[in-house]
Amino acid sequence: MNNTPPTPSYEPPRDHYLISAGGHIRSWLLTTDHKRIALLYLISVTVFFFIGGVFATMIRIHLLTPDGVLVTPETYNKLFTMHGVAMIFFFLIPSIPAVLGNFLIPMMIGAKDLAFPKINLLSWYIYLIGGSFVLYSFSTGGLDTGWTFYTPLSSIYSNSAVTPAVLGIFINGFSSILTGLNFIVTIHTMRAPGMTWFRLPLFVWSHYATSLVMILGTPVVAITLLLAGLERMFHLGFFNPAMGGDPILFQHLFWFYSHPAVYIMVLPAMGVVSEIIPTFARKPIFGYSFIAASSIAIAVIGFLVWAHHMFVTGESTYAALTFSFLSYLVAIPSAVKVFNWTATLYKGSISWDAPMLYALGFIGLFTIGGLTGLFLACLGLDIHIHDTYFVIAHFHYIMVGGAVMGYVGGLHYWWPKITGRLYPEALSHFAAIVLFLGFNLTFFPQFILGYLGMPRRYHSYPPEFQVLNVLSTAGASILALGYLLPMAYLSWSMRYGKVAGPNPWPATGLEWKTDSPPPTENFHVTPVVDWEPYDYRNRPDLGLAAGAPLAPAHSDD
Amino acid sequence: MRRGVLFNATFSEAKQEQGVHRTGELYGQFQTLDQQKESATFGMWIFLVTEVLFFGGMFLTYTINRHEYFTAFGIGSNTLDITLGTVNTIVLIMSSFTMAMAVWSAETGKKKLVPLFLILTLGLGCVFLGIKFVEYKQKFEHHLIPGRNFAITYRSSHPAPGDDPKEIALEKEEVEKAFASDPDANSHAQLYFSLYFAMTGLHALHMIVGAGLIVWLIKASLRGRFTPQYNTPVEIVGLYWHFVDIVWIYLFPLLYLIDRHR
Amino acid sequence: MQSPLPIYPEQASNFAPHVDALLIFITGICLLFGAIITTAIVFCFFKYHRKEAGAVGIVTYEDPLVEVAWIVAPLILAMVMFAWGAIVYVDYRNAPRDTLDIYVVGKQWMWKAQQPNGLKEINELHVPVGRDIRLILASEDVIHDFFVPAFRVKMDVVPGHYNTMWFRPTKPGRYHFFCSQYCGTNHAVMGGWVTVMEPTDYAAWLSGVSGGEANPVAAGEKLFAEKSCVTCHLANGTGRAPSLNGLYGGQVLLADGSTVTADDAYIRESILQANAKIVARYQPLMPNYQGQLTEEQIFALIAYIKSLQSQPVPATGSGIAPVSEKK
Repeated sequence: MNNTPPTPSYEPPRDHYLISAGGHIRSWLLTTDHKRIALLYLISVTVFFFIGGVFATMIRIHLLTPDGVLVTPETYNKLFTMHGVAMIFFFLIPSIPAVLGNFLIPMMIGAKDLAFPKINLLSWYIYLIGGSFVLYSFSTGGLDTGWTFYTPLSSIYSNSAVTPAVLGIFINGFSSILTGLNFIVTIHTMRAPGMTWFRLPLFVWSHYATSLVMILGTPVVAITLLLAGLERMFHLGFFNPAMGGDPILFQHLFWFYSHPAVYIMVLPAMGVVSEIIPTFARKPIFGYSFIAASSIAIAVIGFLVWAHHMFVTGESTYAALTFSFLSYLVAIPSAVKVFNWTATLYKGSISWDAPMLYALGFIGLFTIGGLTGLFLACLGLDIHIHDTYFVIAHFHYIMVGGAVMGYVGGLHYWWPKITGRLYPEALSHFAAIVLFLGFNLTFFPQFILGYLGMPRRYHSYPPEFQVLNVLSTAGASILALGYLLPMAYLSWSMRYGKVAGPNPWPATGLEWKTDSPPPTENFHVTPVVDWEPYDYRNRPDLGLAAGAPLAPAHSDD
Repeated sequence: MRRGVLFNATFSEAKQEQGVHRTGELYGQFQTLDQQKESATFGMWIFLVTEVLFFGGMFLTYTINRHEYFTAFGIGSNTLDITLGTVNTIVLIMSSFTMAMAVWSAETGKKKLVPLFLILTLGLGCVFLGIKFVEYKQKFEHHLIPGRNFAITYRSSHPAPGDDPKEIALEKEEVEKAFASDPDANSHAQLYFSLYFAMTGLHALHMIVGAGLIVWLIKASLRGRFTPQYNTPVEIVGLYWHFVDIVWIYLFPLLYLIDRHR
Repeated sequence: MQSPLPIYPEQASNFAPHVDALLIFITGICLLFGAIITTAIVFCFFKYHRKEAGAVGIVTYEDPLVEVAWIVAPLILAMVMFAWGAIVYVDYRNAPRDTLDIYVVGKQWMWKAQQPNGLKEINELHVPVGRDIRLILASEDVIHDFFVPAFRVKMDVVPGHYNTMWFRPTKPGRYHFFCSQYCGTNHAVMGGWVTVMEPTDYAAWLSGVSGGEANPVAAGEKLFAEKSCVTCHLANGTGRAPSLNGLYGGQVLLADGSTVTADDAYIRESILQANAKIVARYQPLMPNYQGQLTEEQIFALIAYIKSLQSQPVPATGSGIAPVSEKK
């Protein structure tokens, strides 16, 4: 840590959630402790991230030459489909909510657990069952419909294992719904004394918005995929034009969830960044209420933009105009967040710790991702760049540059809380920079490829696109290193890292007012909150030299 | 794991908060019984919101297709047994009433009445499912199960001995008329029945889940578990049951009544 | 043809300059915003780097006006982008009159195009420069998408109904077209070349290659007889069904009192689902041809019906509303 006070060397607490119930496997598989369930999720989403990552690597290697170097067209189609399904439904959607949200929300609001601990465990098992179905599909014939499952390709023409995959995603949907339900109820009813709505950490606000999307959107995609599955199994005609059904209806229903699902992925990451920035700038976040409100605005308007995925399906011009307009509206709350984060840095006391690097990396990549969304929302431009690599680059900037950067940054930030230990510092800086550069090298060329007209989901391409594809593949190898490094040193630090102490940064949230790792019931006494969020001035308990009100930390203003 | 009360988990030891009059169980994550009850009820409401959207996807699919293929959906609709449908609607409304009575009994401490009303509710729920089964069986006999053998003309061309010849003649005429205006009526009527089975099937599945919950409530109530202080499980299962009932209240007119003229 | 690292695809249609201008406009705004944010972050990152271990930041008081400013300013810019994009899009979705119509069928995994004179091409499309071209798109199986990067246009090809797209090529040459809606195993090779020719070359090409090909009008006429359409759709309007002379492009008065433009989609629907729209003063007698005609046969029938254009409209009973009646 740069310039943090010479920390006293801490002893790990004698009893905490990792050991108090014993280390027996049963004590993990039957646990109702939100922190242990979070770790179960951490392991399972990492497995899916790894699976999806292997597919991604194979895709990038294959695209080194115009004719493809690795696999047959059929296999290539399966690779990108399975990459999408594994990453979106089984990594990105659960990653931050089910791991960090699960671990932190009760602690941040001063509760002993979520409102429904057993349902929390149940949702993990549902995730596993859904995941097993999908892995079964991957290993018995694979899946080649694209993660969007457009009918009638998925319901009639595909020869791959669509049915188990669709069932798996259907089942997994309930995991998501139950998590969202649990969060909403917990945030409403379980707040500690003094924890008013406007003292909630922004992480909690963003998870509240995320949960709204989860409970309102997920059931729709669940029923839609179920209908598509039934259509395939029993030769029904819901979405089959040959039998009177409408394939465009499927797209409407699918995107009604799957566009808001993007916000399930990125809103929690925004929550993470909203925690990291004030901590490492050591000042209250700028525009707290605007950031909180913008999360809710994103969740609400996010439900009204779905048909911007369908501008060239032949939908009515009026519908296209409406959805383009609304898509521009949803950009505004995201912009508000970026401005407020930036303003928070002004006159802060900025440390260069790894979480801060990740958070700033997030802002950079998310800004590019968000701004390129303006290109796609523009009706005239979308005619050209729809379904090209431009789209691929755009949503990877949001979902990988944004959500995954936030997730990895959040893991670093709360790692001392989760494990009680600090990760190696120099390596973490290095990894953050590698990740940022590797990411840009991988995905920035794809914007150009897209504008040149390379359509997505192509296993071979005209030779004039090769240079950019090779650049992108080179970037991907750097990116892979950027992901493997944290995986390695974070695992290493669980055992060998320096003992962190309760509040190493120090940060202002309630989760830092208890041991690291925390005891099973989170707090030894029920906390009472009598301070405003991210307030460093009135917190002598943080032990900062300049804790006195309004004392300038350094004289350069 | 102790008697797993829905939505709640037991910590190794529930903190005994003083000053709370309690006859039920307070689970470790909560501070007070009120908080516990509020959470459980609120959780069920949120779950029902999710359910609305779950059924909503199918209602939308149905509405769009109904609009698109009005005639074919009309003849599909007319093959449904209006008498059984009406009886089922009444049965379900009655079961909602008995469920409400069970909740009321629990809240006012009439311990003996709780299991009685719950058993009545369960009985009515089973009657509903039984009648539904009879209807499904009829559809099977009339070749109205979507698939290779689906034929909307089957019944009018193969009348069973007990059928009213007048009604068969009417149906025949109607089917012929539909084919005149929509030659693809068979395939569109099949779409109607696909949606009919998907929607009523999903509804029946919800009924079965509800029946299971009620069985569990009956067992608990026979042990006198529900008191004016602790009756959340009865209340939230009641909410669920009413929701399932309301879904049927929408399904019935949509599937049976629109454009019915027989 | 192109440099190894091109940034821009060629501009070869009327839409290309508009789309590129939009691109430059939005890129400019985004660069501006990106530069402001990046500068601010980098500046703060170094300027306010923590120098003493226990230091805290200085609280900056929030001014709601600042928040309002950075809500409203991007909103205005966003609305400009929206409006400009909408103008280009509306132009694209509304084809001008008097287009050269080419029928395109997508099927796994090839494109078939049919020129107005019936010449059929596979994975090739020849068009004259400077002429408004309208493609009428149909699919025989799954959803495809016809995409010409050099023209900056694409449109999904959806089974069960027609989509149309239009463009005016501005530069002779050969340009890629792709399928850009994922459609199964060989999606990536379901593409080909658009050849833009000088009008005279195009005419020569049409007459030169089309010698052996069946004329769609002739093919349609044959089908018209084979499928017994001719027994009811008498040319003089005295048959049991309306005359089709001069039908195409006109307004049709329907039994329910509304009128509809007799375009490709209407004729297609009337063939496949005969009674979806009943012409005023006629009985719903026509059988339904759903599943009995291939997409190409439907195109041929439409081509034939179109060719009846030039013949005079009979005075009575055709069901075609006179212009005055329309108002």
